[in-house]
Amino acid sequence: MIEIEALTKDYLDLTVVDHVSMTVEDGELAVIVGTSGSGKTTLLRMINRLIEPTSGTVKIDGQDTRSEPAFELRRRIGYAIQGHGLFPHRTVGQNIATVPELLGWDKQKTAQRVDELLNLFQLDPAEFRDRLPSELSGGQQQRVGVARALAAEPKLLLMDEPYGALDPIIRSKAQSDLLAIQKRFGTTIVLVTHDMEEAIHLGTRIAVMDKGKLLQYAPPHEIIANPATPFVAELIGTGERPFRLLSLWKVRDLVEPGPAQGEPISADASLRDAYAECLWSGREMLPVIDESGALIGRIRRDDIAHKAERPQ
Amino acid sequence: MSIGLIIRLVVLALLVAFIVTPESFAFVFQPLTRNGQPAIYTQNSLLNLTLSHLTIVAIATIAATLVAVGLAILVTRPFGAEFLPLSRSIANIGQTFPPVAVLALAVPVLGFGTAPTLVALFLYGLLPIFENALTGLTTLPPTVTEAARGVGMTDRQRLLDVELPLATPVILAGIRLSVVISVATATIGSTVAASTLGEVIIAGLLSNNLAFVAQGGLVVGVMAVLIYDALSALERILMARTGQRREIS
Ligand SMILES: Nc1ncnc2c1ncn2[C@@H]1O[C@H](COP(=O)(O)OP(=O)(O)OP(=O)(O)O)[C@@H](O)[C@H]1O
Ligand SMILES: [Mg+2]
Repeated sequence: MIEIEALTKDYLDLTVVDHVSMTVEDGELAVIVGTSGSGKTTLLRMINRLIEPTSGTVKIDGQDTRSEPAFELRRRIGYAIQGHGLFPHRTVGQNIATVPELLGWDKQKTAQRVDELLNLFQLDPAEFRDRLPSELSGGQQQRVGVARALAAEPKLLLMDEPYGALDPIIRSKAQSDLLAIQKRFGTTIVLVTHDMEEAIHLGTRIAVMDKGKLLQYAPPHEIIANPATPFVAELIGTGERPFRLLSLWKVRDLVEPGPAQGEPISADASLRDAYAECLWSGREMLPVIDESGALIGRIRRDDIAHKAERPQ
Repeated sequence: MSIGLIIRLVVLALLVAFIVTPESFAFVFQPLTRNGQPAIYTQNSLLNLTLSHLTIVAIATIAATLVAVGLAILVTRPFGAEFLPLSRSIANIGQTFPPVAVLALAVPVLGFGTAPTLVALFLYGLLPIFENALTGLTTLPPTVTEAARGVGMTDRQRLLDVELPLATPVILAGIRLSVVISVATATIGSTVAASTLGEVIIAGLLSNNLAFVAQGGLVVGVMAVLIYDALSALERILMARTGQRREIS
């Protein structure tokens, strides 16, 4: 659990982060969104003390972060930097092994962990382990950057626009990888982005920042349904609201027994995708299949549309 | 094997052959002599002079490298930043002093021989290495230095595992400049009785023997070019090794 209290950073007269307080529970994925220069990176970097706050406190599992040397704190916290920041003179394997080596893991355990992570990110260890970062594509570098942050199995992971440089397809792949990793290891994640779509897709809670202030900190449906200020509403996009709401639910949540015609949809697809399919194919309802491909029922267009109404 | 490499190897072989058995090349220098002057300098063995020349250069360069890199590390740490201008001016003074002047000033203190030459070469070598080390240590990509802090490296680990390895090719470029200047400048050391290849040139000038001047000059010149070349190649390899530029294949 991370408890941030009245955290403030001043540069001379400029207050870049202004009395921000928020709590991230274990296993949550908190996303910080805001426009460029709103203080997202500064807030994130005060958590692992890459930036020392002017005032306020950060506690991790109840312990003030200032109670131990900064470098020891940072070894416990995974950090994926904006723009990957891989060490150009170290191979992919050595980059990923950085924190385990700093922590004094034995060689075999470290090597095993490196291969495990490479596999997890769909990079064949035999092919990629001994390459230099300059011999990878941008998307591969980014994945190695995240792998390095995860190497020592941190309970807490900080990510600064980790998917900024990725094309939409690799990006959505990387996002689902992240969710899978979080599920598997129970990692608590704080992720910075300026993309509301990404925030809604990934976050269990969203923190909206503007000019150093935390405007709202709430679960996605709450942010969409009841934006705290006009700025938050604008960030969500008024015309997008119903569709953003739909993207929060899965077909599985609305499936009912009964037959339907035509191409089936996966139970794990979002209601947004199901609705789009209904509109596109002109159907009132779609058959639903589970991951094994077995038919489990149907979903109705009207039920989906109902879910897109503003929650009361 | 590329043509460039073959040429380099041939030049090196010729140089070594000449240094070891200069007499067998007498016919080359004969045309430069007058009135039955000897074509080859024999007062001292050319091999010994060359080795001593290179030793002096090596010692001066190693000392200059240690001091210059040490200073650059010091002034790029947070606590040493205030010494940055001071150390810059010291290194600059080392460079504005003509080597002859350093020799002249050093002789009364250190006496004749190798010592004043070492001091002059050392002072002369400082600036290029210092400047390059400074450039190398201060122009690292910020995301890389930030990542080094972010993973929890201590100051010392950051310096030894990240900053120095990445700055090494740039530092090496400074060493290369410094070595080449030193190889040439060391000849002047012979005027204060240091044992260097300058002895051959000076003997030639004193006895008006163009053959001596030419062979001393040639050996110094070819050595400088070969060393420059070898260090450039080493730099390129290091650049590629440290992933800072793609290897040209
Ligand atoms: N070292 C510094 N000195 C002075 N001002 C700074 C410093 N670092 C950041 N700032 C200012 O603080 C503000 C917030 O910066 P920050 O990097 O936290 O923004 P951000 O929300 O991460 O933006 P982006 O989305 O562009 O990455 C900016 O206006 C920036 O100019
Ligand atoms: Mg930022």
